[in-house]
Amino acid sequence: MKIIAFAEQRNNQFKKTAFEVVRAARTIADQLGAECCALVIGGKVSSIAPQLGGYGAAKVFVVEDARLEHYSTTAFAKIVAEIAHAEAADILFFPASAMGKDFAPRVAAKLDAGLAADCTALRVENGVVIATRPVYAGKAFVEVTIRSALKLFTLRPNVFSSGTPSGSAVVGKKEVALSEADFSSAVKEIKIAGGKKDVAEADIIVSGGRGLKAPENFSMIEELASSLGAAVGASRAVVDAGWRPHDEQVGQTGKTVSPSLYIAVAISGAVQHLAGMSSSKYIVAINKDKDAPIFSVADYGIVGDAFEIVPALTAELKRVLNR
Amino acid sequence: MNILVFVNHVPDTETKVKVGADGKTIDPAGINYMLSPYDEFAVEEGLKLREKFTGEVTVASLGGDANKETLRKALAMGCNKAVLLKDASVRDSFAVARSLADFAKELSPDIILFGKQSIDYDNGQVGSLVAEILSMPSISVVVKLEINDGAIVAEREIEGGHEVVCSTLPAVVMAQKGLNQPRYPSLKGIMDAKRKVIEERAASFVESKVEVLSMRKPPAKNPGKIVGTDVSAVPELVRLLHEEAKVI
Ligand SMILES: Cc1cc2nc3c(=O)[nH]c(=O)nc-3n(C[C@H](O)[C@H](O)[C@H](O)COP(=O)(O)OP(=O)(O)OC[C@H]3O[C@@H](n4cnc5c(N)ncnc54)[C@H](O)[C@@H]3O)c2cc1C
Ligand SMILES: Nc1ncnc2c1ncn2[C@@H]1O[C@H](COP(=O)(O)O)[C@@H](O)[C@H]1O
Repeated sequence: MKIIAFAEQRNNQFKKTAFEVVRAARTIADQLGAECCALVIGGKVSSIAPQLGGYGAAKVFVVEDARLEHYSTTAFAKIVAEIAHAEAADILFFPASAMGKDFAPRVAAKLDAGLAADCTALRVENGVVIATRPVYAGKAFVEVTIRSALKLFTLRPNVFSSGTPSGSAVVGKKEVALSEADFSSAVKEIKIAGGKKDVAEADIIVSGGRGLKAPENFSMIEELASSLGAAVGASRAVVDAGWRPHDEQVGQTGKTVSPSLYIAVAISGAVQHLAGMSSSKYIVAINKDKDAPIFSVADYGIVGDAFEIVPALTAELKRVLNR
Repeated sequence: MNILVFVNHVPDTETKVKVGADGKTIDPAGINYMLSPYDEFAVEEGLKLREKFTGEVTVASLGGDANKETLRKALAMGCNKAVLLKDASVRDSFAVARSLADFAKELSPDIILFGKQSIDYDNGQVGSLVAEILSMPSISVVVKLEINDGAIVAEREIEGGHEVVCSTLPAVVMAQKGLNQPRYPSLKGIMDAKRKVIEERAASFVESKVEVLSMRKPPAKNPGKIVGTDVSAVPELVRLLHEEAKVI
């Protein structure tokens, strides 16, 4: 049996989820008695490929081509499908990142295989992989199996542990012939939002809601976030009001997040907001209304005025963390 | 321009999920359904493309009779034609996508619009699957779309930024919030939609590949601790996060 994990990189640096996905593949491979391989695609990625050995890959396949410097949905799907086919892979793992979610379904369709999306847990029972995935933005979970011979899984970032690196891999180049037609959708440019941390990837999130009263008051949230190295999130109320960009929205129609710490400031905790963040490991709520529903999911709460508490919290964190 | 939009009919976002008697799906009692929010952006984008290029917007949904309500909403917004691909059984994304692709093939659209994901099973797969089955390029999580002479320049959301993607028609585009501001149906639109006939046809039969074994609610959280009611609670909160939760 053979498992291949797609290891995402950008700018010749692996994303954290690459290590998570490879480690998860190794854990499952050990339980199935399968071989754990990883695949990296890019413009010039040979030098980083060996890192994946540390996370459990026995073999790393490298596909390099100057045209793959930027991501292309169609080209990446073709490459992964061809290698999976040539290697007679049984299982493919991808990150449920913007990239993985975009092209993994195309790989599934090419290989007539089933795909379980955005999984948050995996286990093996009687030789069968069973995946847990959130539905209704986390209001419920389903356990699923895949019936097709080849099985694809995308794994939610930040949920699987990458473990401590040790071990090494055999690295080998793979050739996949690519024509112009294989790049029928291709990235031409990346616009980075000022190096901003994304809520979908962050380990700590500080979110603000309508109780902050005006967009400029989010500076308080940004300062608290920066004292923790956290990403800034927002409720839909403030996104709809135009105070914050929609890529910060957390909730059922925003991003579903599961950081280790989620701090909700002046957010009431509407069911749509809770759906997107209630699987966070620890939740802190700061709200002046003691009956706000956010307290029903919070591990720790302070009932009080955000305008007093947030600056004090930032100051205290700076004091404690810089010690 | 021949524009096709696929829309899903899903439990509204207020829904408090209860697991049904089969232990695998939600209990439908008392649930209101709606046009899946991302699909509303897809419908709006279809209408905007028609305004720019002329042509027709066809909206289609696979599901039971109940999906007609969502199709009516799309008609009320201004779509020309609605088609119900009838099949009330539970399907995975793959089985949905195959049938949608079978239907799309007949229509040979210039563009097929989807939402970035249905807010029930949160799969985010159907659009990309249909694109692959039809050998069309696809762009997901789209927040900006420009089309000129058949050339597409789109922006899609990625972690911490946007990717500018180039492609050509015919293509599949999956809408994300931010792409546009969906219009409210006008009174006239609502009246017209009531009179329009929704074409019904049987969805082609396809077997699912992903099987749901069980559904459960997340474990209930223990009631949290109110650390205090003013700033004096701040040091204790930080101590708890540091020493008890160990998250900072
Ligand atoms: C189809 C649909 C989809 C939706 N999707 C989402 C989604 O994805 N994400 C989302 O967040 N919402 C979503 N919503 C909206 C949701 O229902 C709520 O309206 C929204 O979450 C409320 O945002 P809020 O908590 O910031 O504002 P409010 O509900 O107005 O709450 C403000 C809170 O601030 C507190 N407050 C006020 N002043 C202070 C102060 N000085 N100090 C401390 N606390 C203070 C108040 O006590 C109150 O609890 C959706 C709604 C619909 C209909
Ligand atoms: N039953 C359906 N009928 C029509 N379109 C659908 C259906 N299910 C999903 N879609 C479309 O596919 C997109 C992605 O759905 P999903 O993969 O289920 O998250 C949705 O936003 C819809 O545009």
